[in-house]
Amino acid sequence: MNFFRYLVRRLLLIIPLLLGITIVAFIIANAVPADPINANLPQNALGNQELVDAFRKKWGLDKPLHEQYLTYLGNLLQGDMGTSIKTRKPIREDIARFLPATIELATLSALLGAGLGVGLGLVSAIWKDTLADYVARIVALIGVSFPVFLLGLVLLTIFYKELDIAAGPGRLDFKLRAPPTVTGMFTIDALLAGDWKTFNNALAHLVLPSTTLALYISGIISRITRSSLLEVLNKDYMRTARAKGLRERKVIGTHGMRNALIPVVTVIGLAYGNLLVGSILIESIFAYPGIGRYMFRASTSQDFPAIMGVSLLIAVIYVGVNFVVDIAYYFLDPRIRIA
Amino acid sequence: MSSISPITFSTPVSASPSLWRRLRYHLRRNPLVLAGAIIVALWLVIALQVPNIAPYQPLAQDLVNRKLTPNPTFLFGTDELGRDIFSRVLWGARITIPAGLAVITIGSALGVIIGAVAGYVGGVGDELLMRLTELFMAFPTIILAMAVTAALGPDIRNAVLALVVVWWPRYARVLRGLVLEVKAQEYVEAARSVGAGGGYILFRTILPNCIAPAVILATLDIGTAIIVFASLSFIGLGPDPSSPEWGRMVSIGIDFFDQWWMWLFPGLAIASLVMAFNFIGDGLRDILDPRLRGE
Repeated sequence: MNFFRYLVRRLLLIIPLLLGITIVAFIIANAVPADPINANLPQNALGNQELVDAFRKKWGLDKPLHEQYLTYLGNLLQGDMGTSIKTRKPIREDIARFLPATIELATLSALLGAGLGVGLGLVSAIWKDTLADYVARIVALIGVSFPVFLLGLVLLTIFYKELDIAAGPGRLDFKLRAPPTVTGMFTIDALLAGDWKTFNNALAHLVLPSTTLALYISGIISRITRSSLLEVLNKDYMRTARAKGLRERKVIGTHGMRNALIPVVTVIGLAYGNLLVGSILIESIFAYPGIGRYMFRASTSQDFPAIMGVSLLIAVIYVGVNFVVDIAYYFLDPRIRIA
Repeated sequence: MSSISPITFSTPVSASPSLWRRLRYHLRRNPLVLAGAIIVALWLVIALQVPNIAPYQPLAQDLVNRKLTPNPTFLFGTDELGRDIFSRVLWGARITIPAGLAVITIGSALGVIIGAVAGYVGGVGDELLMRLTELFMAFPTIILAMAVTAALGPDIRNAVLALVVVWWPRYARVLRGLVLEVKAQEYVEAARSVGAGGGYILFRTILPNCIAPAVILATLDIGTAIIVFASLSFIGLGPDPSSPEWGRMVSIGIDFFDQWWMWLFPGLAIASLVMAFNFIGDGLRDILDPRLRGE
């Protein structure tokens, strides 16, 4: 199958999935709460008949359910996800403000986590049942067993409070001003402005939260890498590769990793979902003003429309990441190209 | 799976000592399984016996003794209202363990039934159920659970319910595949040819042959269920703030960052339990998955 056809086919599969997601979100938002008006409007607006009527009209609540869904979808396509009860701003604006910080954090964490996870898995599989294997497996086990919020608190206490070698909470030190906004990601914006001091500081503030998240996802990644590589190492073609006199590095690197990597890529896609969830759990700990902290505040204060908005956003990002994984398959797994 | 299986005569009486011996053999090779089992057993005893073990009531406030560091009287220190953290951590076992087990049991049972029915009926019904399953899998687990709990209103029962809603799809998928495989076996054909009804065939003939993998998957999953429940509770979508739920206690502890004992001990409680379940699950996987048993 050529790449273009593969791409189009994958894209077409996404459309029903995205529609399905909006249906699930719609059902949760409008059919599950006893009274959607109660759930979506702030307390003091409930007494105001005009506001209640306006809300009812905007979301078509006086119409039958399927028409309500179309209204909901229409509003959604215009980027309208309702108004946050807590911040009193349209959720779209809140998201636009907080999302870049989280993308910055999540991307760095994904790179660190994938590197660490694949590395640990490799060590563990190649030197199976040695001390290195045990150490790598224990690190992986901590990653999957420790709640990520505990990991964050412990790292912050050790490296910031006690040893004082890492930057603390927030995105920048208090005395520094945010770089002029282009992307909203401080490291990139600082680079664009040529401001090295701000860049270094922003990066320093990313170290602890991204290490926390990286440890958290490296557990799953290294476990899959290990078991996948162990399985591949037993295959006949590995013996063949050795028999024809290839160096061990080439045997593992080319013949082993290439085949072992396919399930690993799937898991990295899934782990990105964990990363988004992890950011909800740890951004508050690091006072990091991203979408995760926004979600945390929304859920602790029962800000229902904001919770729904962020859930929908995360589901869409997740679908997007898995789409990228599918595309990566095309290049990793030659069987797809032939099929 | 080969379509022609050799005829074997198995007698349950002779099977049990060899199973015992196999278990002993594997336990010796996998000491972590034993360690995990001991930790889990310890927590179960705590959960059952907590009124006799805990030195204080979980909600008893002592405003004179607030935020005390760990000391002989208050082993894990006290919180901002002077409640004994050691007692609260012990009482917490009564919330998190049953919640995690409930999610696993109900969620996997639901998934097993949905997957089995989908695999058995085939056709349009199968197609519909599987599309539904995919839809639920499009959300990262906890995100959907957050939305559902928020819609229902946060409390323990709703958190468990929400987790059940997001838990079944994996089981449905696995079971459907297994049922499809077993459906093609000759003994199913035999049951059908002697006139057994659809329900009988599915639940008495097919399902018993597919249930073991679901049970294994569920065992591997308990740790995850506990950690996800604690996370839901950490973000305020579980029991109310005064409750000695571990995740909730950590989340309140964030505001008292310097009083490290307020968040460290409940956090370690979660970690120890989840790690113990993961030890058991890992060992189980090593024992049952011959591909990974080593050269």
